Amino acid sequence: MTLAGPDPGFRLVDRFEQGLDAPICLTWELTYACNLACVHCLSSSGRRDPHELSTDECKALIDEFERMQIFYVNIGGGEPTIRSDFWELVDYATAHRVGVKFSTNGSRITDGVAARLAASDYVDVQLSLDGATAEVNDAVRGVGSFATAVTAMERLAAAGFAGFKISVVVTRHNVGQLDAFKSLADRYGAQLRLTRLRPAGRGADVWDELHPTAVQQRQLYDWLVARGEDVLTGDSFFHLSAFGDALPGLNLCGAGRVVCLVDPVGDVYACPFAIHDEFLAGNVRTPGGFTSVWRESALFAELRAPQGEGACTSCGHYDACRGGCMAAKFFTGLPLDGPDPECVLGHGENALDARGDVKAPRPSPDHSSRPRRVAVALTPSHRPDRRCDESPLAGAGAALRAE
Amino acid sequence: MTTTTTAPGYDPARPWALHPQVSLRPESFGALAYHFGTRRLSFLKSRTLLAVVESLADQPSGLEACRAAGVAPEELAAYEQALGTLAATGMICERAA
Repeated sequence: MTLAGPDPGFRLVDRFEQGLDAPICLTWELTYACNLACVHCLSSSGRRDPHELSTDECKALIDEFERMQIFYVNIGGGEPTIRSDFWELVDYATAHRVGVKFSTNGSRITDGVAARLAASDYVDVQLSLDGATAEVNDAVRGVGSFATAVTAMERLAAAGFAGFKISVVVTRHNVGQLDAFKSLADRYGAQLRLTRLRPAGRGADVWDELHPTAVQQRQLYDWLVARGEDVLTGDSFFHLSAFGDALPGLNLCGAGRVVCLVDPVGDVYACPFAIHDEFLAGNVRTPGGFTSVWRESALFAELRAPQGEGACTSCGHYDACRGGCMAAKFFTGLPLDGPDPECVLGHGENALDARGDVKAPRPSPDHSSRPRRVAVALTPSHRPDRRCDESPLAGAGAALRAE
Repeated sequence: MTTTTTAPGYDPARPWALHPQVSLRPESFGALAYHFGTRRLSFLKSRTLLAVVESLADQPSGLEACRAAGVAPEELAAYEQALGTLAATGMICERAA
């Protein structure tokens, strides 16, 4: 992200809090169908929804994105490449000057697809990987998924696709592998992207056992500060900024202000981590389409209004973390105007303890193929800590960084 | 976030233009600029800067573009620094005179 302007006192964050005429970063989940069943899936994907947008509806939505000058969309799912019209939609978007970055588990990255991707300036690829070893990755993403992702990386590298992304959700079990992830990315000429584990979708079921411990959060922050120069984060770790210097990025919750999610049936949510009726702003199929939802929904107006600092008001670090992630609070049953469950000062843990019998909201809807898992069978890996550190960049972060 | 204190490569006496792979989206605070080739996003932090950037291709030099957009002499250094940042990140490029 680059800022260019004559006024040094200008704070973009102030403008972004009030929302923009169009999102900077839009996530579009094309289908709930997936050939994997990752235990932490944000969208509880598995089965296709019979009401998913048709090819024509998708193209009309792309036309709208073009009119709103949304420069690029982050396409996900489910596994988006499963849709039979996936490439048709990618071509349509890029022909209309809407860039595409899509997330994939790599299962459909053939040599031919890799060559095609390498030839396009307007399409970027993000491979999901949640362990630097098969053992750690497959415990979360399923048996064989590590090998599949590595094969895809080999094909992309062989085709000459430089700078594709390897996207890692940081967990208790892979936080000790940050150097290994970086090496992996370097080996394939890729860029590493680290994001936060959210208790959204099926992730709500496993968050307690998979989210990094307090000690690991410090380790992550230090790694980002020391080694995160070229590492993308989607600005997802801004709650860690209270450790010290702010991490690069806007350090702002962009939900409904500069980011949003369009799901496979056209529902518009405030962000990709908040698939719940509470954060549903409208549907692209209603009159006025996506543009009206973005500009006129009552929910988004509320998110763009000045927010109270609530229980965090007396905290000296509020300007650094701004209360953290709304979705993380919501799905752990914490008040939205209180501390993040992973507040580095420990206020989140205290708040979690104080919940008593309050039931955390259940994510909705659920397209899982199988009943939800209750536990992740993975023994904690006791890797000797690394003295790493890192620093992410960007966002509205992430957002902003056009990741 | 990139903060550039100098303007490497930006010569206000030369003719400039927006890079052909860059799109501008006007906003109340200025504009967003997105480079489809580098996938880099930049923020132009004033409407005047947007006007400068939009007029680059029609003006004989960067300096003339600033003057035409109404940049006051005392503001010139700040605008040239901003243009330097945009040049360094490939958002604007020199064109043939």
